[in-house]
Amino acid sequence: MKRSLLPIIAHRTAILFFIVFALFPLFWLLKVSVTPNDLLYSEGVRMWPSRTTFDHYTFVLRHSAFPTFFKNSLIVSASTAVVVTVCASLSGYALSRFSFRAKYWIVALMLLTQMFPLVMLVAPIFKILSPLGLTNSLTGLIIVYSAFNVPFATFLMQSFFDGIPKDLEEAAMIDGATKFTAFRQIILPLTLPGIAATLGFVFTAAWSELLFALMLINGNAAATFPVGLLTFVSKFSVDFGQMMAAGVLALIPAGLFFLLIQRYLVQGLTAGAVKG
Amino acid sequence: MASIEIEKLEKSYGHVSVLHGVDLDIRDGEFIVLVGPSGCGKSTLLRMIAGLEGVSKGEIRIAGNRVNDLHPKDRDIAMVFQSYALYPHMSVAANMSYSLRLRKMAKEKIGAAVASAASKLGLEPLLERRPKALSGGQRQRVAMGRAIVRQPKAFLFDEPLSNLDARLREQMRAEIKKMHGDLKATSIYVTHDQIEAMTLADRIVAMHGGVVQQVGSPLELYDRPANLFVAGFIGSPGMNFLEATCSGGSVRLKDGSEIEARLHTSTPEGSSLTLGIRPEHVVITRDGSGRRATVELIEPTGFGIILHLSLHGIPFKVFTLDRQALAVTGEITVSFPPEYIHLFDGEGTRIG
Ligand SMILES: Nc1ncnc2c1ncn2[C@@H]1O[C@H](COP(=O)(O)OP(=O)(O)O)[C@@H](O)[C@H]1O
Ligand SMILES: [Mg+2]
Repeated sequence: MKRSLLPIIAHRTAILFFIVFALFPLFWLLKVSVTPNDLLYSEGVRMWPSRTTFDHYTFVLRHSAFPTFFKNSLIVSASTAVVVTVCASLSGYALSRFSFRAKYWIVALMLLTQMFPLVMLVAPIFKILSPLGLTNSLTGLIIVYSAFNVPFATFLMQSFFDGIPKDLEEAAMIDGATKFTAFRQIILPLTLPGIAATLGFVFTAAWSELLFALMLINGNAAATFPVGLLTFVSKFSVDFGQMMAAGVLALIPAGLFFLLIQRYLVQGLTAGAVKG
Repeated sequence: MASIEIEKLEKSYGHVSVLHGVDLDIRDGEFIVLVGPSGCGKSTLLRMIAGLEGVSKGEIRIAGNRVNDLHPKDRDIAMVFQSYALYPHMSVAANMSYSLRLRKMAKEKIGAAVASAASKLGLEPLLERRPKALSGGQRQRVAMGRAIVRQPKAFLFDEPLSNLDARLREQMRAEIKKMHGDLKATSIYVTHDQIEAMTLADRIVAMHGGVVQQVGSPLELYDRPANLFVAGFIGSPGMNFLEATCSGGSVRLKDGSEIEARLHTSTPEGSSLTLGIRPEHVVITRDGSGRRATVELIEPTGFGIILHLSLHGIPFKVFTLDRQALAVTGEITVSFPPEYIHLFDGEGTRIG
């Protein structure tokens, strides 16, 4: 008995260690966000302050432009996630199921776009967007983010479509469905976990993107939340309490979003499709 | 229900040719079995009839109408896949009614059709379940139910029983035969299992390397195989083959002995032949007459006994119902009744 218990304990300890390691920064974020300013530097390194306050949260919500950033980020991230997922579903399906002439080159081109350091592209993209009036606008950001995320999302969706047996669509077509009906009624419902994963991936990528948001947007009106966080850094000091409070608030939608889609992420919907 | 005609049908993938001109006339209500070894193009032919593969050359007609360019949904055929291909996100009832719902049939009619199909297959208690909560045999039944729920022009089956265990396979085989007796629907059934082919078919189409080798009733293929391939493929244990030559109007075996057989007179002198005889037709002689053979191995099957012999060094099988054969050792003598001898020429074509 003793001998078989040891690996289990080691296994659990390793998992516990990993969880603590992964979540510690988040805990620190929370801790600093509730620490009153006067205690921040005076108490040394402590796991929890002797006195807590929600002043930072109140300030961030009432007196900063944070609600605007928050709303902008939500619009940009949600729109990007939806646009990218719709495009990637269609293109991923095409890559998975059809053979067409330029397929090889299209895939190669899409891979190529993933290799550029984004910094190189900031200036040309600014040049392109500015005459179109798309700088300093949420629409511009959505377009740029979508363009960057579609290739990877396409490969992601393709792998999900590859996992669905071709027999299912063929059976549907023989049952009387057009190719598109079979896609909509049979394949798409089975790809929900993949769609959820893609939505989640793109949403978080857009939610935390800083480089383009910083370069394409100036002023608070169209700033997203990562840019907004920088406003807590002033010339002479960093207001850590408020910054952390804003950070905690920014975690909420991402958390909610994953709560919403986790059902699909873990569900093995294709089980039982074919022999088993 | 409908007849299906296939004319000079060819299929190639790029430069790889898979079907080399298949001709086939399937009568209304007939049960046709396509049989052949794996990779011979059975599935490809079936999928072309279903419309899942394009036609490279030739023509397919269903009920007299050319369907080469018709989408599968417009061909009005039903198909049972080897993998069953049940829709995992739908209940058994929804799986079965999907084709009817696509046709916008009235709700009550759909309910009645599903109930009737379910009762035929004993699926009533399972109607609300998802496929993943079914056993292999139950999934197979649902796949069948999905096909029979509407009255299509033809049923196509692609190795529908190959994922079941032996007992269940036997049971479903009988049920499929019974169902065909009830529905009288034109059916094309693909299998690599010659027993399935023999038991189910009105007519068997034996295929090899993308070419139809012989079309005929099960007994025609068993009694008068058109060539070496069909002779070897149909029957279990498989037919014995011995090399021979034509000499002086009779057949001479490799060891020099002559054998009595009905030979076409037109066979050229000295040409090489193959002589075939089924293990169940070989007679073990008790009086010492006939050919000597050494017993190498004895396999009792319960029903009968398979003797593995060596006939002048050539492996040779005998099947007998006589249990005394279990006790044989060393040398025995066997004879070949002339009426059971098959002869094939150098190209493998039947000549007698
Ligand atoms: N999409 C394809 N591309 C190239 N070759 C194929 C394709 N589908 C089938 N084949 C080839 O066609 C031949 C016949 O296949 P198939 O009809 O599935 O055989 P069977 O069902 O008799 O086992 C095989 O040699 C197979 O490799
Ligand atoms: Mg096959």
